[in-house]
Amino acid sequence: MATALAKAADTDVSVEHAARIDHVSKSFAGPAGQQLVLDDISLDVAPGEFVTLLGASGCGKSTLLNLVAGLDRPSAGGITTDGRPALMFQEHALFPWLTAGKNIELALKLRGVPKAERRERAEELLELVRLKGAYGKRVHELSGGMRQRVAMARALAQDSKLLLMDEPFAALDAITRDVLHDELTRIWRETQVSVLFVTHNVREAVRLAQRVVLLSSRPGRVAREWTVGIPQPRRIEDAEVAELSREITEELRGEIRRHGQH
Amino acid sequence: MASTETTAKDSGDLDGLEAGLDALETVQTSRTPFHRTLTRKVLPPIVAVLLVLGIWQLLVSTGVADDPTKLPAPADVWGELRESWLQGTLHEYIWTSVSRGLLGFLLALAIGTPLGLLVSRVRFVRAAIGPILSGLQSLPSVAWVPPAVIWLGLNDRMMFAVILLGAVPSIANGLVSGVDQVPPLFLRAGRTLGATGLKGTWHIVMPAALPGYLAGLKQGWAFSWRSLMAAEIIASSPDLGVGLGQLLENGRNTSSMSMVFFAILLILVVGIAIDLLIFSPLERWVLRSRGLLARS
Repeated sequence: MATALAKAADTDVSVEHAARIDHVSKSFAGPAGQQLVLDDISLDVAPGEFVTLLGASGCGKSTLLNLVAGLDRPSAGGITTDGRPALMFQEHALFPWLTAGKNIELALKLRGVPKAERRERAEELLELVRLKGAYGKRVHELSGGMRQRVAMARALAQDSKLLLMDEPFAALDAITRDVLHDELTRIWRETQVSVLFVTHNVREAVRLAQRVVLLSSRPGRVAREWTVGIPQPRRIEDAEVAELSREITEELRGEIRRHGQH
Repeated sequence: MASTETTAKDSGDLDGLEAGLDALETVQTSRTPFHRTLTRKVLPPIVAVLLVLGIWQLLVSTGVADDPTKLPAPADVWGELRESWLQGTLHEYIWTSVSRGLLGFLLALAIGTPLGLLVSRVRFVRAAIGPILSGLQSLPSVAWVPPAVIWLGLNDRMMFAVILLGAVPSIANGLVSGVDQVPPLFLRAGRTLGATGLKGTWHIVMPAALPGYLAGLKQGWAFSWRSLMAAEIIASSPDLGVGLGQLLENGRNTSSMSMVFFAILLILVVGIAIDLLIFSPLERWVLRSRGLLARS
């Protein structure tokens, strides 16, 4: 682990960024003319870094993620990513006409992996998310937590340098979410993929990230950033996690209060 | 060193925890026992049919309906069936119509599928012919029989033309509504995986639209069969061979009400049989494999 981290730090010098968001603004045509949703956002994600984007509703965090994923274009500014990023949604978004294994194989196929290698690679990825026997299972036969793990395996099958996650655990029950936090931390450290994780849950952000970025709402701007120095594995109930969460929550509440004043 | 040990222990704990959660949350399903299928699914329709036959027989034997040219006795219709079975004409009637119907349906499938895909995916085509296509569905295909006879003459080509005009709009519209109902999330997920353009249509849109498409096929078959019967009844010619519609028309011409009833029953039974043997199993299989069919 130590050598792997050292290596990542070495390449950090030559490879600049897994994602670079450079003065990005986005506005949509609304009922009252053009509405600015994101205002001059700049944010870099280093290779292997885990960043969470935190904000109240209306801060445009999902919009920003869509822009990074290439599903939409910014109105101003530019985004560069190291290859096409993988994206995980709040809903599992697995295709119900395919088995768990075939869902992963479809991602491999669309990436151009030869047929002979797909099955083995899919089994490996299922093993990575600890679902060894789930290859032939249909989506509806899996529990919520299992579905999100298959979705994670499918996203990893894209072999992207950057994994975008749009509140992927928000719809899960607390125990399952907790387990998946541990799981995601483990997988992130094993694969050294960069993660940009969107959430409105402060403790989740602190539990997972190396860096927490707080967005203000309407329009979304980078309000403040925290570097989280608490060593992994963390627990959501750790005192340090709670303490930093309290600080960030105060800031977030301040951001929200400003909207009630006018 | 201590930290790697905790990681390993932690990971073992997590493994067990996760296995437990998975086991707790996975739904256990079992197959319905055979005798329950029998009493719940097979028995009721049999009872209903027997009831109708009983009332029919009662009407005839009590003399409420005493004119055999208006309502034949069940036994007379049974006699027709027996006779045509013994003469070997029964399978001829059925095969003439069924082969026409299925061939026409396959043609309609080959035309309706690309047409539906075009209407659903190309905005201009949808605006241009979408409304006409759904309007055509409400036009009874019998209306096409007279012009088809005039254009094509009394032959099989005329029959196929009438079937196509009845079934193609159903199949195309089924596919269009299937495509319209594909959740946008699937399309977004597909795009992030790299399935755009034709790849997206093939890997995401088509399989996602399959349930709607199958419903369209089912309706398309019903329309094919109805159109064909209309065509056979209206356009009879010795060259065409005797199908089920012709049989009905022959019964009318010879004032044989038992033959008319026999033909109606055959048309009904064949229509139901094709649906039960081909379309229903296909539809159930697709819905079940996606978890869209509750086990009862």
